[in-house]
Amino acid sequence: MSLLEIKDLQATVGEKQILKGLNLTLRPGEVHAIMGPNGAGKSTLGYSLAGRDGYEVTGGSVTFDGKDLLEMDPSERANEGLFLAFQYPVEIPGVAGTTFLKHALNAKRRHHGEEELDGLEFVKFLRGKAKELGMNDEMLKRPVNVGFSGGEKKRNETLQMSVLEPKLAVLDETDSGLDIDALRVVADGVNRLRSPDRAILVITHYQRLLDYLVPDFVHVLADGKIVKSGDKSLALELEEKGYAEFVSAA
Amino acid sequence: MAATTETIEQVKELGGGDKYKHGFVTDIEMEFAPKGLNEDIVRFISAKKEEPEWLLEWRLKAFERWKTMPEPDWAKLDVPPIDYNDIYYFAAPKRDEDKPQSLDEVDPKLLETYAKLGIPLKEQEVLAGVAGAPTVAVDAVFDSVSVATTYRKTLEEKGIIFCSISEAVHTHPELVKKYLGSVVPYSDNKHACLNSAVFTDGSFVYIPKGVRCPMELSTYFRINAENTGQFERTLIVADEGSYVSYLEGCTAPQRDENQLHAAVVELVTLDDAEIKYSTVQNWYPGDEEGRGGIYNFVTKRGACRGRNSKISWTQVETGSAITWKYPSCILQGDNSVGEFYSVAITNNRQQADTGTKMIHLGKNTRSKIISKGISAGRSQQTYRGLVRMSPKAESARNYTQCDSLLIGDQCGAHTTPYIESRNASAKVEHEATTSKISEDQLFYCLQRGMSEEDAVSLIVNGFCKEVMQTLPMEFAVEAQKLIGISLEGSVG
Repeated sequence: MSLLEIKDLQATVGEKQILKGLNLTLRPGEVHAIMGPNGAGKSTLGYSLAGRDGYEVTGGSVTFDGKDLLEMDPSERANEGLFLAFQYPVEIPGVAGTTFLKHALNAKRRHHGEEELDGLEFVKFLRGKAKELGMNDEMLKRPVNVGFSGGEKKRNETLQMSVLEPKLAVLDETDSGLDIDALRVVADGVNRLRSPDRAILVITHYQRLLDYLVPDFVHVLADGKIVKSGDKSLALELEEKGYAEFVSAA
Repeated sequence: MAATTETIEQVKELGGGDKYKHGFVTDIEMEFAPKGLNEDIVRFISAKKEEPEWLLEWRLKAFERWKTMPEPDWAKLDVPPIDYNDIYYFAAPKRDEDKPQSLDEVDPKLLETYAKLGIPLKEQEVLAGVAGAPTVAVDAVFDSVSVATTYRKTLEEKGIIFCSISEAVHTHPELVKKYLGSVVPYSDNKHACLNSAVFTDGSFVYIPKGVRCPMELSTYFRINAENTGQFERTLIVADEGSYVSYLEGCTAPQRDENQLHAAVVELVTLDDAEIKYSTVQNWYPGDEEGRGGIYNFVTKRGACRGRNSKISWTQVETGSAITWKYPSCILQGDNSVGEFYSVAITNNRQQADTGTKMIHLGKNTRSKIISKGISAGRSQQTYRGLVRMSPKAESARNYTQCDSLLIGDQCGAHTTPYIESRNASAKVEHEATTSKISEDQLFYCLQRGMSEEDAVSLIVNGFCKEVMQTLPMEFAVEAQKLIGISLEGSVG
């Protein structure tokens, strides 16, 4: 059974139609990459799935783990297991990473009728997760993303993903702003989170992330639609030829 | 309550005749004074409390002065005219038949909040002023008496005096006489003047030389406390080398039929002494349309009289329809330190004009002001602060940080700092920011599964963190919850 089934998705931002009938199906355990030129609608896809205000779905359907995703509000989508790793993770001054994640995890636990974790239990759990990703505790005490380097921000997203254990993770341009070493560290983190029950949708402009985070499928998004799909070799092809073919076709 | 009716009749009969000018006052068999403010009422209060002559005279002088004083009108507040003759000045509790008969008759919004704070039913009745509920201070009822007694014993062993101010007038007259009105003179402002004339009770604390008070003192633990919310008078004196932390207020929203609150708090620190005074103010703010709600006109001031002494104010202000409050420090002793940490939240139709005054008189005096204002709904909030460096305040320093956070687009945040420096070696720094909760921050939290309310609470608590950290532990957790609750319904 598919985990995510997007059919004929159309979405507007402001007056402008960005997604123009997008189809995509992900099964648990699969890693899909969406590649495409700037302005093709890559980030709009991520935000539309997450339910962000201002990204209005005007047509089509999205079924997530058997449920109508578009019926849910943003926090419900998150609690049902949809995680969006942000291209630009947001700073929240004065809120320690630990506090932020505790609120997030307990919101999810409440949603699923589970007992909330108390402070001590949570800290233990979080330390374990951080250790798995080779991160030290120091970062968890600092306010969320405040003064973090690009690499730290993206690692922090990976840690959040690891704590919230989503069914589907959408990584929005996770490689942007990272040097090659940071890229490798972040990709390693994500690779650890690959699992047979989890699907990952990697949105990226460049192929280089896919050297480390090898996808099962690659799709080309141009002008609001998937115009071509293939395996990982498609990414290499794109790296060589660029998107010109698709842009002119659109 | 027959006594009240009788009193009203008697006063009517008295008319204006000289013969009976003080006649009614001497009849202290009566339990309550009728509505209205006149010299007889002031005498009545003083007589009921069997006060010494000097205190009565002080009250009367205050009353005379009050009559001629204008209402302070410089704050950015829209205050409806107050009918001072429509107020009971001496413990005129509502008759049971005028109170809500059960919690069913209480504003459901208020009950919702109680539920969220996890307040037991019995306690809710007290807070909401339901007929038949005890009228004593909340925690004195619900904390076990043995706990309170233990506290009292520990304090006595250290020589600490902690009692009601009425009691102190009798048991420690020399201390009260020496310090009462010495920081906030009765003529200070109209509200302080009124308080001086008619104050009914409040707390008195004296920490002897060299004693470090072993626990947070709280009005909660004062036994036999009356419900004295309206014209409360607090006096705290920390003698040389002593330390005390004092907590005032309650995180649960308290209902009070008395709309006008005019409290006065005076703090005195002698050489090397320190007072830390923390307040959580959550009086009924009125409903969403701004109907009802308390007018909180408070004068709080501390005098660092001694060298190396310190006074630190922390306040979390979320309640009241109108707040007019400027906890201040007079830094008289050389090297003395004044601090003001404030979180003020206004929602719906609330108005607040709050801040501080740091008056630097001594050498090397230092002050720090951290103010966090959050405005939501259609509320208006002003930070108003004065930093004054007097000619003798050699090398004095002040640092002020004043941040405002706006939620929604119908509220207002205003900052009015006054800086007066008459000493060239003094250093004054002022930083101010105004921001909004960004849509990015909200969405980020929602995408991590939090509800909008949880997200706002988290972001605002982060914004206030510097101030919240200064609260004593036992207050901090509740105060964090309170911030979220105060802002409910402000987004979306």
